[in-house]
Amino acid sequence: MTQADIAPSQVQGRPVQHLEKNYINHSSGIASWLLTLDHKRIGLMYLMGISLSFFLGGLFALGIRLELFAPGMQFMDAETYNKVFTLHGAVMVFLFIIPGIPAALGNVVLPLMLGAKDVAFPRLNLGSFYLWLSGAAFFIYTLFTEQLDTGWTFYTPYSSSYSNTAVISATFGVFMLGFSSIFTGLNFLVTIHKMRPPGMTWHKLPLFLWGMYGTAVMQLLATPVLGITLLLLVMETTLGIGIFDPKKGGDPVLYQHFFWFYSHPAVYIMILPAMAVISEIIATFSRKHIFGYKMIAYSSVSIALLSFLVWGHHMFVSSESTLATLIFSAITFTIAIPSAIKVFNWLATLYKGSVSMDTPMLYALEFIWLFTIGGLTGLFLGVLSTDVMLHDTYFVVAHFHYVMVGGTLFAFFAALHYWWPKMTGKMYSEAMGRAASVIAFLGFNLAFFPQFIMGSRGMPRRYADYKPEFELYHQLSTAGTLVLGVGIALIAYNLIRSIFSGAKAPANPWGSATIEWECPSPPPHHNFDHPPLATDPYDMERVEWDEEVKGYVPVVGRRAPVAH
Amino acid sequence: MSDDHGHGDKPFLAHHFEDEDHQFDSGKLGIWAFLVTEVLFFSGLFCAYAIYRAMHPEVFTYAARSLDTTWGAINTGVLIFSSLTAAWAVRNAQLGQKKMLCANLAITILCAFGFMGIKYKEYSHKFHLGLYPGNDYAPLEGAFGDDPKAAAVSLDVATAVEDLAAQAEAEHAEDAAHAAGEHAGDDHGHALVSWDDPNLDIETKNQLKTFFGIYYCMTGLHGIHVVIGIFLLLWLLTRAMRGHFTPTYYGPIDYAALYWHLVDLIWIYLFPLLYLIN
Repeated sequence: MTQADIAPSQVQGRPVQHLEKNYINHSSGIASWLLTLDHKRIGLMYLMGISLSFFLGGLFALGIRLELFAPGMQFMDAETYNKVFTLHGAVMVFLFIIPGIPAALGNVVLPLMLGAKDVAFPRLNLGSFYLWLSGAAFFIYTLFTEQLDTGWTFYTPYSSSYSNTAVISATFGVFMLGFSSIFTGLNFLVTIHKMRPPGMTWHKLPLFLWGMYGTAVMQLLATPVLGITLLLLVMETTLGIGIFDPKKGGDPVLYQHFFWFYSHPAVYIMILPAMAVISEIIATFSRKHIFGYKMIAYSSVSIALLSFLVWGHHMFVSSESTLATLIFSAITFTIAIPSAIKVFNWLATLYKGSVSMDTPMLYALEFIWLFTIGGLTGLFLGVLSTDVMLHDTYFVVAHFHYVMVGGTLFAFFAALHYWWPKMTGKMYSEAMGRAASVIAFLGFNLAFFPQFIMGSRGMPRRYADYKPEFELYHQLSTAGTLVLGVGIALIAYNLIRSIFSGAKAPANPWGSATIEWECPSPPPHHNFDHPPLATDPYDMERVEWDEEVKGYVPVVGRRAPVAH
Repeated sequence: MSDDHGHGDKPFLAHHFEDEDHQFDSGKLGIWAFLVTEVLFFSGLFCAYAIYRAMHPEVFTYAARSLDTTWGAINTGVLIFSSLTAAWAVRNAQLGQKKMLCANLAITILCAFGFMGIKYKEYSHKFHLGLYPGNDYAPLEGAFGDDPKAAAVSLDVATAVEDLAAQAEAEHAEDAAHAAGEHAGDDHGHALVSWDDPNLDIETKNQLKTFFGIYYCMTGLHGIHVVIGIFLLLWLLTRAMRGHFTPTYYGPIDYAALYWHLVDLIWIYLFPLLYLIN
């Protein structure tokens, strides 16, 4: 370790803002990246991987929307359409959304937030990344062979007995991605338990870490069930053991139970990290202590636990008994409580705060808007009587896109813009960032709000063609998708441009009080020389604006600088 | 590599931990969390077993006769003994007894090989009898033993018809109900399916293969875990021979032993559920 790697706590009265040698340039060569055990470099590699996956999934989305621009078939046949929507769903869910916030951004931020030098198991962390990469490779292989047309859910008996597409390779891909997710969760769980700095009790844990903790619990407990389900599916497809095949004495609905026992918690694996990001951003940009800290923290854990008890609400019309549907419906409504607790606490945090509309905050406010629509429309689907009518319509499609895209994707953009200066050491253009955010928000609503209307009027999902009466809604939706695409392209341009021509980022550009902003931007290889002393992560009075560094610096005398 | 993982005088203490205890505790929590994941991984199979067996109780009790209880019991003994030597190895590592540590690890590995050897013998015996999983299932005459009296297994007609009718394929339901009905001869309203009866129609007879599907999945996945355990223990044995483990650094032995106990524990559930239900 050279002197330049160490982050001195104070130089000339102010903390160090930049270092000559940081984690990006302290060593070079392709091997120093591919074999790195540094959580920040692994996070960056994940970020590149999931961005490419997002681009791929986005291309499929564009294909779907262009095909549906008018009734009748435009430029693909029905079989191709089935493949395109399947690959859109599978790539977006398994390759992008699930690893998005935890594996890419969480990897960079989580140890920094704890003042730790790394995650608990750095080798396992690199292993997770390569498992992710192998899973992605299987998907690429699937693309270049017979593709996949089962829907992202792989429902039997279609997937096991009838589909002529590459079900087995796709299944192996998902299996590997699942274990990648499990090992990331395991790593984070142990890191949060064992690597907290002095002074950081559970009730001084930043809310981002509470959210990641809940996510880790779900990843550990739910994902293995997906693993075994997919293995059984492979056995069924290759050997015909009959477990999901009624002809051979099995039960196809059993597959649905197994699948949703994972995939419902997976929905919360997608949204909990998003909520966790929003809790940080709302507090920081309101320059105010987060309202209802304990309630937000506990609601993350209660969402994680309740998520295991509601899988049956995906199967209200799949031969479930009346009693079972009633119970699943009731528990589904229970989840609305912790979700609403979070939203109300965010709103209360905004109240009388000095809110600044920087790009991350704009995304956070859009998130609240979109997540509320997505969440409330979920109640329609949790009610048994309306679900029977809305099941498998565009209402469902719109609902989960509001939660997964409007929720998770917008929170991902929020987090990306929030931690970008820390990760890369560069500031992006604030004006362009805000413009892109608003364009994406408008495009998203235009793309998906009409889907609620056509869904409630009976437009079924997954159909390649439709009646002329739905044409207007589909055209609005396609137009919205194009606007959303422009917004996302602008985001990408803005961020990539900042790497080459952005201003140097200060250590703490936003005025947050959590620990990751105490090291220089970008952080040195070893993050912190000594574990910093943790105090209340939302004590915003602890930092003040400093005109000279164009960022926030600790208020002198407000706290002990470094614990030895 | 430029990633400086190590503390100089303590070669196996990673740079991001404060001391050995910190590293050991983190690893211990990690392996326990991993074992929870493993339990849930297997839970899908146990759940599938429970549902399958509830749907076809008569198939399970009859088909399980083809398993050799003696070899299964010997394998149970082998695994329990290897768990003892694994636990003993942890003690040896804690006390710094290098020779005993190597010996106990080696015995554990030998037991694991023994287990896989017996498993291989059992599997190949079944393959010879044509008891393959899934589509290749084609049992030879007498694959289920030679005693025709024991072959008659009680079957409740009403339940069977109800179960089968609930299944999606109506024609198969009809066949099976018909088959069951043929044997509904006695006064108590119960029928006996004579699985060994040469006149039994092929549809009914083929139901027996449902058992072998789940049998090969469960024991196969368990076998894969034993093989992984063998590689793990071999790696630790080479490290132990090089003297890596000391009373302050024995975490990997402890973690591997915990994994090995879980593999043992899963077999302790598999053995009665598959071999002893007859």
